[in-house]
Amino acid sequence: MTDRVPNRWRRFDVWDERPLRLDSFAEESPVDGFCAVASPFDPTPSLIIDGDTIVEMDGVRREDFDMIDTFIARHHIDRMVAAEAMTTDSAAFARDMVDVNVPRADLVRLAKGMTPAKLAEVFGHLSTLELTFAQAKLRSRREPGIQAHVTNAKDDPLQLVADAATAGLLGFDEIETTVRVASNGWSNALAGMVGAAVAGGVLFQCSIEEAEELRLGLAGLTSYAETVSVYGSEESFIDGDDTPWSKAFLIAAYASRGIKTRCTSGGGAEILMGSHNAKSVLYLEARCLCVQRAMGSQGTQNGGIDGAPVTSSLPGGGREILAENVMAALLDLECASGNDTRISSSEIRVGGKIMPFLMAGTDFICSGFGSIPAYDNSFAASLFNGEEVEDYLALQRDFQLEGGLRPIEESETNDIRTRAVEALAAVFEELELAEITDAMKRSAIYASGSQETDTFTPGEVTRIANKIRERGLSLVDVVRALNKRGFSAEAETLTRLLRLRVAGDYLQTAAIVRGGRVISAVNDPNGYSGPGTGHRMTEQRWRKIAAMRNSVNRASVLDREIRVAASSAAKSRCRLVSKGPAGVGTAPHEVVIGVSPAWNERIFQTTAGHAHADVLKAIFAGIIEGGGTPRLVRIFYTADTSFLGLSAARLSGSGYGIGLQAKGTAVIHQKDRLPHHNVELFSTAPITSIDHYRRLGRNAARLSHGEMPEPVVVPYDGQAIHARNHVRTALLYAIEVGTIDKAASPIELSVEFLEGSGR
Amino acid sequence: MSAVKYPLSENMPDRIKSATGRRYPDLTVEAVATGDAEIADFQISRETLAAQAEIAAGQGRDTLAANFQRGSELISVPDSEIFEVYELLRPGRAKDADELLSKASYLRRTYRAEKVAELIEEAARIYAERNLFRRRY
Repeated sequence: MTDRVPNRWRRFDVWDERPLRLDSFAEESPVDGFCAVASPFDPTPSLIIDGDTIVEMDGVRREDFDMIDTFIARHHIDRMVAAEAMTTDSAAFARDMVDVNVPRADLVRLAKGMTPAKLAEVFGHLSTLELTFAQAKLRSRREPGIQAHVTNAKDDPLQLVADAATAGLLGFDEIETTVRVASNGWSNALAGMVGAAVAGGVLFQCSIEEAEELRLGLAGLTSYAETVSVYGSEESFIDGDDTPWSKAFLIAAYASRGIKTRCTSGGGAEILMGSHNAKSVLYLEARCLCVQRAMGSQGTQNGGIDGAPVTSSLPGGGREILAENVMAALLDLECASGNDTRISSSEIRVGGKIMPFLMAGTDFICSGFGSIPAYDNSFAASLFNGEEVEDYLALQRDFQLEGGLRPIEESETNDIRTRAVEALAAVFEELELAEITDAMKRSAIYASGSQETDTFTPGEVTRIANKIRERGLSLVDVVRALNKRGFSAEAETLTRLLRLRVAGDYLQTAAIVRGGRVISAVNDPNGYSGPGTGHRMTEQRWRKIAAMRNSVNRASVLDREIRVAASSAAKSRCRLVSKGPAGVGTAPHEVVIGVSPAWNERIFQTTAGHAHADVLKAIFAGIIEGGGTPRLVRIFYTADTSFLGLSAARLSGSGYGIGLQAKGTAVIHQKDRLPHHNVELFSTAPITSIDHYRRLGRNAARLSHGEMPEPVVVPYDGQAIHARNHVRTALLYAIEVGTIDKAASPIELSVEFLEGSGR
Repeated sequence: MSAVKYPLSENMPDRIKSATGRRYPDLTVEAVATGDAEIADFQISRETLAAQAEIAAGQGRDTLAANFQRGSELISVPDSEIFEVYELLRPGRAKDADELLSKASYLRRTYRAEKVAELIEEAARIYAERNLFRRRY
């Protein structure tokens, strides 16, 4: 804690300590490029065409075009629709984007004739809610997808193969890896491909230097490429060591080898690269996207990416990032919508960031969900990381959204990780790349992250990678090794993936491979036009998403109670004997304790884990300590705390009684009060201690003496106590309610505390 | 290829051949295991990529179709030359427009790579205008 400043509301101290305060919030400053949308320096949309030649675009004359303007003017602007597109009212077009009666195709057709400034102007009219809706409508493929980052801090191929296979099990459609040490690319790629094969054949890529990445692709060791980076200013583009023409050539080269590609751009990149020309983030990204369409890329990975944290620091930054992704969809590009960079230290901001994307669904909701621990992510921590996979699963389940992932069970996870490690070990041995011991295998199979593994030294990994590269090994060699060693399913899967290159089906927009089949915007187009249309989760899929690990139900709760009864002998710690119908007492300081129907009959401990006998013994002791006389009755007509308490009070000689539920909720009541107007209540049984029960008993007794004792306060530290307990509490209460006998009168019980009870 | 139906791998596998002339259904794990198929046999053919261009154009994706068209022209270009051309197109690599123009005519002449040649020729003009022939390192 910092030293306290005098006369300052100390809530500011509290706020200062929140993880959120590790984030930076930048003031808007267009001259510095710190402007999410609509910088005063952004151009006004314009387009003048003379014959087939564009002589002015967005206020710039042809002779003043930079290379990006030229490329967009030549290859993006569709001459057939340009005039119509540029004269369409931007607000009207924006409204059409959220109108379910206007087909996607109509919007896409006109967007191809829009300049970057026109596109930016259109998006200026859309709120975050409208953008989210537009994304759902404009996504190119009907079914949403998701991509994983699978990397580790040691570039350990054994961990990588196991984690790649696990990512496939979770449901990721694509797996992207990269390296800590550049020369390790070949080892990472080979391991990743084997992992992808064990998972049934998801698409895989290794992000490294452009030319090296193409070499991996040629060897069959990656199935797609994503790092074809595009920038919105000429200077940034050149600093990226490329031009739109070199990049257009590169993606054509990939296509010629049957390798899927998507470009990468993202708001904030130009700010980080120091050449934003005072333009807004969205306008610069509009230029990037027009270049990508112009090049003939089937899709993009955009939405901040490495620039996401700086974009998120701007006012309206989150909306801008969403707008970028929707713009990609409007331009008919496959959209892998970022969400691959930790934009905040605040878990609340992280959860908020993902929601529009999860609600809308994009072609890839995350273009790199870190399926590994944050520290193992060689791209830097993702928005979501391995630690938070189940948080994401819970969001899918809460809002019934298709986020692409599903819960996994321990046994199937062990199976697939073991298979993956064994498969890679076989390949390494067959190809004489390395010998792998059982200890190394076990270490990778069970490790959550590289801090727990003990496999190769960094030097050994580099030697493996060098051997693969120098010997010119390809995926064909991997297939042979797998086949020879009996991994026929994996050999089959990899051959099938390789063979798909020959057909070229997955070069088309938004293609993924599911169950060995190519699904893309061509054979699975998004036809969303309102409720009942577009992608709908099947019942079977929904049941998978809903099946959160360790879910509880009535049977499991009751089973646990039965086990408690059997094992801890909680039941046998007191002996209760019925003494017949309970009458109204006369002793002036009598306190009657009314227990519920299931108390120590079906349920034997409180939600805090105290044996009923111990609770009762403490209350008895407290009553006696306070100068009262305890008497125990069981009430059958209700299990409600207030009515238990009131009924007990009405049987009590002092008029004070205690109601006690099986789950541990307790109340002091007085006979003349209204049912829910009690004297004292312990509503939070899971944090109520034995001593609290003792003091409750004492207070009841002091009340019988006409005193007003200090109420017993159960300290509460603000935790989500109900989220933790309410399911079990409700199910326990349902068991109680099931034992109610509305016609039965209270009976008096004698109690004998046995050996081992009490504290 | 006429009357193409997407996905080709499902609708007309018998009509697909790889760049080396191997029939799609023959590219099996057995063929790989016995050494009958090598990595080169898994390259898409000029005809098939042109068919994918046709499919893309039919979907209104004119620029994607143009990319596939360029790709189809590069199929018989060896890997080493692919890397060479890519390198030459990066900023500051070619010393002048002529170097790019002669590469374009070489590709046109040798590989019938008309659309690729046009792309490189356009680059030559723009690089000259934007002074992109100066060496950066």
